[in-house]
Amino acid sequence: MADVVLKQIRKRFGPIETIHGVDLNIRDGEFCVFVGPSGCGKSTLLRLIAGLEDISDGELRIGGDVVNDTVPKDRGVAMVFQSYALYPHMSVFENMAFGLDLAKHSKDEQNARVMAAAKTLQLEELLDRKPKELSGGQRQRVAIGRAIVRKPRVFLFDEPLSNLDAALRVQMRIELAKLHEKLNTTMIYVTHDQVEAMTMADKIVVLRAGTVEQVGTPLELYHYPANLFVAGFIGSPKMNFISAKITQVSQQSVTLKLESGKEVSLPVDGSGLATADRVTVGIRPEHCSIADQDTALFTGTVEVVEHLGEAGLVYVRTGSDELFVARVAGDTAIKTGETVGIQAAEQDCYVFDTADMAKRRLAVDNAPLKAQMALN
Amino acid sequence: MNAKAWKYLRKAAFWLLVAVIVLFAVFPFYYAILTSFETGSALFEVNYLPESFSLINYISVFKGQPFGHNIFNSIFVSFLVVALSLLLGVTASYALARVKFAGRGLLLITILSVSMFPQVAVLSGMFELIRGLGLYNSMFGLAISYMMLTLPFTVWVLTAFMRDLPRELEEAAVMDGATPWTVIRRVFLPVMWPAMVTTGLLAFIAAWNEFLFALTFTLTDDKRTVPVAIALISGASQHEMPWGNIMAASVIVTLPLIVLVLIFQRRIVSGLTAGAVKG
Repeated sequence: MADVVLKQIRKRFGPIETIHGVDLNIRDGEFCVFVGPSGCGKSTLLRLIAGLEDISDGELRIGGDVVNDTVPKDRGVAMVFQSYALYPHMSVFENMAFGLDLAKHSKDEQNARVMAAAKTLQLEELLDRKPKELSGGQRQRVAIGRAIVRKPRVFLFDEPLSNLDAALRVQMRIELAKLHEKLNTTMIYVTHDQVEAMTMADKIVVLRAGTVEQVGTPLELYHYPANLFVAGFIGSPKMNFISAKITQVSQQSVTLKLESGKEVSLPVDGSGLATADRVTVGIRPEHCSIADQDTALFTGTVEVVEHLGEAGLVYVRTGSDELFVARVAGDTAIKTGETVGIQAAEQDCYVFDTADMAKRRLAVDNAPLKAQMALN
Repeated sequence: MNAKAWKYLRKAAFWLLVAVIVLFAVFPFYYAILTSFETGSALFEVNYLPESFSLINYISVFKGQPFGHNIFNSIFVSFLVVALSLLLGVTASYALARVKFAGRGLLLITILSVSMFPQVAVLSGMFELIRGLGLYNSMFGLAISYMMLTLPFTVWVLTAFMRDLPRELEEAAVMDGATPWTVIRRVFLPVMWPAMVTTGLLAFIAAWNEFLFALTFTLTDDKRTVPVAIALISGASQHEMPWGNIMAASVIVTLPLIVLVLIFQRRIVSGLTAGAVKG
């Protein structure tokens, strides 16, 4: 049981700085997910917390103690690796007991702890097997078991599900969430998959190029992204961006003119903006609908239609470089080459200023979001 | 000629080639065994099939000189060389493969370049070293000088092998509270057996067959290793070469190697190819 506090953490490899002063506060028992594109420093940050890399600058506290110079085993953390990293010559039991053996726990204690973990993870039948005789999902469970038996204060997961197939990944995601509920231990989880982040996290930390872009609950990031990067990263398919020019601005709304010539008024806090500023409007594919060409925000030619079954994705050429994506009903009759109009409700639109920072949306009404925000 | 005939011809050519290679490799040893069972003037008659059988050479080789002692010396030195080479090789390769330090590449090249010097070039310097250490005419002197022959390839093979072991394996052990020595002993060693068997066996063969150092750094009969002892086997008179005894001795010292290679041959192959293909 411990909180994890990072203060101005920096990491340099020679002259190159890869983590640029990260401040973070992870509460006791929280499931915190680091997410970001590859090379954003999320794994490095996790390895700094684990103690596998030295912290160049800043302060790391686990459970109140400064652990910058503490060796990994004394930090009270356990890590699950992407490749599982099971010891190939040891049985499942020996793999899980190895850490306890090194810590000089008695045989009885080792036995009891491994058995308890095996029961939790349904590994009892497999204790005598070698890792090569296990399936991917079973190996993953052994790796998690190896972490559990040490009763760490903090669990660290480095993309643990990325080597599993899609169906197993969903199953393990649920098992991990249940495990967290049961153990109620602080967990830090690194992934590049925003679906994993959205489904499991109490708190998501979005990283880009070694800096924190935003910290928040999953729905906070979805509804109130701090900037263009977070807005584009959270949500799938990713948010569409179109440029517009402001014609009228107040603290309750912003009126702007789209490139199609259409004028709309959005319920967004316009402070800091001025008339004639160029801004970016963000519309999520799931908030789009196909409309008559005269009432639509803009029109375009359909280039690709993807039928997913429960929904369809329509890719529309609107004149800009990027295709505009709209999520429509699964039984849509839209065909390639058609000209369609795109419509979206005013309260579902996002506005970003010239520095790519988001303007506060004022008309968001979402029950789960309120619940998540109340918890924090 | 039709396709079928071509096929048989190709097959025949292939087996002919195999037969030539086998003959070339095995015939000298076969002839040594044949000769070792012959006595008297039969030794000097050319025959390719056994004609007489006598164990007298095998008995007399142990009588004429302390050959049993020589065999023991060879075994002792060879095992000592294998043990020291593997201990130093594994620990050095951990540092060279896993620890980042300045001059690592240079050090690896230096170790490799040691094996480029011909033995004769370092003989006199090595002699001074051995004498300076007070190890002249001693098994330990031989073992230490043999390290020059075995360590370069031991370190290189093991370093290459260790480099291919997943880094996460080591990191998992570190998270479990393992010190570098524990990582080597309880995680890497068991995984590295194939590579260690290969390098260990090659080191054993090198030490077992070594002649020049063994000749130079020993003085008395009871300290000699087998290759030197065989070369110094002498007959009743200056003009007589005891071919029977020499052949018997050669067969005796070759057998352990053959047995070892047969026992470990599967391991050797897997050790030599490990790292090339993940498996």
